Amino acid sequence: MAYSDKVIDHYENPRNVGTLDKEDPNVGTGLVGAPACGDVMRLQLKISDDGIIQDAKFKTFGCGSAIASSSLVTEWVKGKSVDDATRITNKDIALELALPPVKIHCSVLAEDAIKAAVEDFKRKRAARAVQVVAAAVAASPVP
Amino acid sequence: MLKLPIYMDNHATTPLDPRVLEAMMPYLREDFGNAASRNHVFGWKAEAAVEQARAQVAALIGASEKEIVFTSGATESDNLALKGVMEFYRDKGDHLITLKTEHKAVLDTAKRLERMRQDRVEELRLLRLSELAADDVTADNADALALKFNLDEDPVLARWMARVHTGARVSYLDVQTNGLVDLEALRAAMTDRTVLVSIMLANNEVGVVQPMEAIGRLCREKGVLFHTDAVQGVGKVPFDVNRMNVDLASVTGHKIYGPKGVGALYIRRKPRVRIAPSIDGGGHERGMRSGTLNVAAIVGFGKAAELARQEMPTESQRLLGLRERLRAKLTAELDMVTVNGTLEHRLPGNLNVSFSCVEGEALMMAIKDVAVSSGSACTSASLEPSYVLRALGVEEDMAHSSIRFGIGRFNTEEEVDFVARLVIDKVKKLREMSPLYEMARDGVDLKSVQWAAH
Repeated sequence: MAYSDKVIDHYENPRNVGTLDKEDPNVGTGLVGAPACGDVMRLQLKISDDGIIQDAKFKTFGCGSAIASSSLVTEWVKGKSVDDATRITNKDIALELALPPVKIHCSVLAEDAIKAAVEDFKRKRAARAVQVVAAAVAASPVP
Repeated sequence: MLKLPIYMDNHATTPLDPRVLEAMMPYLREDFGNAASRNHVFGWKAEAAVEQARAQVAALIGASEKEIVFTSGATESDNLALKGVMEFYRDKGDHLITLKTEHKAVLDTAKRLERMRQDRVEELRLLRLSELAADDVTADNADALALKFNLDEDPVLARWMARVHTGARVSYLDVQTNGLVDLEALRAAMTDRTVLVSIMLANNEVGVVQPMEAIGRLCREKGVLFHTDAVQGVGKVPFDVNRMNVDLASVTGHKIYGPKGVGALYIRRKPRVRIAPSIDGGGHERGMRSGTLNVAAIVGFGKAAELARQEMPTESQRLLGLRERLRAKLTAELDMVTVNGTLEHRLPGNLNVSFSCVEGEALMMAIKDVAVSSGSACTSASLEPSYVLRALGVEEDMAHSSIRFGIGRFNTEEEVDFVARLVIDKVKKLREMSPLYEMARDGVDLKSVQWAAH
């Protein structure tokens, strides 16, 4: 299959491959896809307390366009607010990389990965807030 | 000096051997005659060339030249064998047995035969129903009427059904996980209505070579005809239609360093096997395949067959050496590499391996100077991973991770070494990028993870 130059560039020089500490409360991890379907994406976002994405890393099992889609997404989300990042759609990704129709699902997966990572981050934050409240309640003297 | 790109996809097609091209040239130039022209020297020359090629092809498979029918290629040969036999022997039976790992040229032909039979059965049901109802039957009321008149128990319809002679019933047998046919399952599938068994000599994806002699013996014992798609195996592993009791065999030029667009169907004469022709016309090829013969291509096919026969003993040893060299290098430097299909009964030039946690198409992109193929869904239009690997029980993720190396006559040791190095480096690089490899290394059982299928 003939890929666009952008896909080939991201595939050959993938940006931001790697792993962030998933125990870090400021890191959200999204793992989407399935090995049986031939693609699995893991996107990790390091998000500041005021909701800005400071760092992004990915690892992807999949074809060239799946790898390119994840690489592109890490570039795009860095510096964005969480809200802006979740507004990135598969159409934006497919358009930018000029994906052929049979590869559209790769861009869908990349969009899902952003959402999953942000959700994970929000879940962690909510859990932490509950813990903080619980700790505060526990620490406060019984009136 | 190594020249790029390297072609290592010799199951898909093979390059034309220069000696073959040389043999063909006169028939593309001055000796252009029609082999059916009986009254002048142009025709005689063409006919003589075709007959020489017929003898060369026959010799490769241990047949006599009168048993060779030239076709446009193996797909036509497979179609002609299956449709031709099922039609000719329709008074004898209607059952065909084949394997789930066969080439599509066999499987899709079998499916058409099944559909033809079902269409005929459906037609008869509607006819009988409209007779019973004394009215027109439509798609809307057919089911209700069938219930009302208890059509499934109708003795008249049962008599009609017994006389349906169109198409075939087909059994698609599973293979064992090593890719080989289960001979007991084959025996068990045979009924007194079985006319034909179609089992390939060697598989095009995993290179597994089926036990031809045992299959042939069983078919002969049961009085069932035996067709084999021998395309991938001839000229690479020993194949003899008499020793193996093969009744029909499909072969093609372009897998043995001959030209594309030419093939043959071997049809046994003693005891005589008959087929109904598919292409009607001028009665060429003793009426079994009309159409002006493609003389130059047939000459090339003949020359290719002769070279394959002469060189097979030494060449298959050389190919096996290269294949094992490649396999040894890959497995020495990479973990989690699985060979798909048995190594014991296999084409010497075939290596089909899955590199866990790396997707096949991505790997092919990474080694773009090397032409191989993959069972990954991403390389197929259907987005389904290889049905052959699935039939061997290979998990879907491993099917996505498979690469088929097809080593051929023009590959060198230097090329094999280059390919091995490149593949090792790229697999390592892609695994560094693979979340699955990281998880596997951290001891996560990938099967225990709840994946969201999409």
